[in-house]
Amino acid sequence: MSEIIYTGAAPKAEISSVFSSTLEELFHQDSSVVYIDADLMGSMKTKELWKKYPDNVINTGIQEANMIGVAAGLYLTGMKPYVHSFSPFASRRVFDQVFLSIGYAGKSIRIIGSDAGIMATYNGGTHMCFEDIAMMCTIPGVCVIDVSDAAMFRSLLIQTKDRPGVTYFRTARRGLPDVYSDDTEFRIGEGKLISDGSDVTIIASGIMVGTAIEAAGILKEKGVSAEVIDPITIKPLDRELIISSAKKTGAVVTAENHSIHGGLGAEVASLLSGEYPVPVMMVGIEDRFGQVGNEKYLREQYGLTADNIAEKALAAINKKR
Amino acid sequence: MTTKELELFALDIRTEIVKAIAKKGGGHIGGSLTIADLLAVLYGNVMRYDPKVPDWEGRDFLISSKGHAGPALYAALALKGFFPMEWLQKLNIEGTTLPGHCDRLKVPGIDATTGSLGQGASIAAGIALGLKKQHKDGQYVYCITGDGESAEGQVWEAAAFAGHFHLSNLIFFLDWNKKQIDGTNDEVMSLMDPMKKYSAFGWYTMCVNGADVSEIENAISYAKHNCGGRPIFIALDVVKGSGVPCIEEVENNHCIGVPPALAEKALSQLEEHRRKLVEE
Repeated sequence: MSEIIYTGAAPKAEISSVFSSTLEELFHQDSSVVYIDADLMGSMKTKELWKKYPDNVINTGIQEANMIGVAAGLYLTGMKPYVHSFSPFASRRVFDQVFLSIGYAGKSIRIIGSDAGIMATYNGGTHMCFEDIAMMCTIPGVCVIDVSDAAMFRSLLIQTKDRPGVTYFRTARRGLPDVYSDDTEFRIGEGKLISDGSDVTIIASGIMVGTAIEAAGILKEKGVSAEVIDPITIKPLDRELIISSAKKTGAVVTAENHSIHGGLGAEVASLLSGEYPVPVMMVGIEDRFGQVGNEKYLREQYGLTADNIAEKALAAINKKR
Repeated sequence: MTTKELELFALDIRTEIVKAIAKKGGGHIGGSLTIADLLAVLYGNVMRYDPKVPDWEGRDFLISSKGHAGPALYAALALKGFFPMEWLQKLNIEGTTLPGHCDRLKVPGIDATTGSLGQGASIAAGIALGLKKQHKDGQYVYCITGDGESAEGQVWEAAAFAGHFHLSNLIFFLDWNKKQIDGTNDEVMSLMDPMKKYSAFGWYTMCVNGADVSEIENAISYAKHNCGGRPIFIALDVVKGSGVPCIEEVENNHCIGVPPALAEKALSQLEEHRRKLVEE
């Protein structure tokens, strides 16, 4: 039976290793699966695959726009592309190619943007992408996934192999603590209720799921009962789960490693403002660029902390009518 | 088809381009007319396709990376029976099945949706590599690029990629009419020597008279036999609006209004050309 196993400890396997082993699994499952990278195989621990599976692995060199176009062409020959680059280069740099050559043209692709948000750490502001969810969510039919842990990543990589349209994963490469047990089942558009609560709902994605669990612990000590939800997919959003939780608690906090403009918080607020208006407070990047730092430093810089979530939760509760 | 039949086919394509664009009142006529001879050769004698099964797996692919040449491809496809000729009268109108820019989801026989320039070049390269990876020998990918389009960086990413992977099943044509929207290539963004550029990227290159169906057909055949495992680049030296003097003489003829008087003149020039050709 699936369970929440979050302790905050280092994970059993890093995301990059899970990516590599899952691709290998996919190659054996379906020979039409093809993995394309733009000279970042060394960063994603996939160089061995490049040598071992020459029919299934392509390195385009540093030409991300062409990589998306090549993926579009490969799809037309019956192949199923998975492409990877760091998140700014897998989204911002190639948005027109993804939008037109894939989305508008009715093709199918899985894009993996790694080092999402502050997880770019020492690559700094040039590599720190706080806007990928915002851009990708505007593509009709897209599925946007903010990866919370290795089990979820593996499951959805496999599950989306034949999914039509654009599927976008944003993820850390390493240092993402396990949240879900290996036997957990994940479905697109189906969020996870991580813990029950009655006073406030914390909706968190990606690296903020663990932080939200910690925030619920802080709130519990203050006598506040917080419900924690991982939406799994930011688009499509689990409308029923979010609306029913908002009805139960009457106050919501969102937490994301992304700009508050156009991200998870904006999607949740957009949904609730029409369906069941309640106070929605957002934890996320507030109109700022990225910078150099380790994860702890950057979390403090941008308020991506359990304390900040707890504080915003209390503020949301105070705004209840 | 014989040379004369190809020339007549090119005339038919031009006639349908003019009629369709005139019906709408205007459109991308210059760069559509320029590729009529190439399309006659490709659909007349070179490409393998089945109008009844447009997505037949064994077909050759044609990508017009200059997506605004949709009217030219649509004319050729309709004449070859991919869809009814009447569709051409609905070019680029509200609710149409024939948008001005190539659309693979709406138009049978269109292999790639293009319009954001440079993207078709990468798609064509991806198809060529996909065919190679799956050991589908004998199938070719033809891609039409524009000279204004060649200012796009993505074209050169695709060129490097195709050279690196030795995509000898890929043939790029350049509609080298030397004009773009805001003026000539030299005024807006010099293309320099496209043959030297593609050659530097590892391609086999040729340059032919793009208004001569025999030259085009011979070049394709010759290049396939002599490319030495390299992708093929064929520059089509043409005049923008080629084959219709009253359109050729319009200085900025990339996307223009085509009022009834101009359409009538164009059609009568095409008819005159046809009469001479038949009498030869």
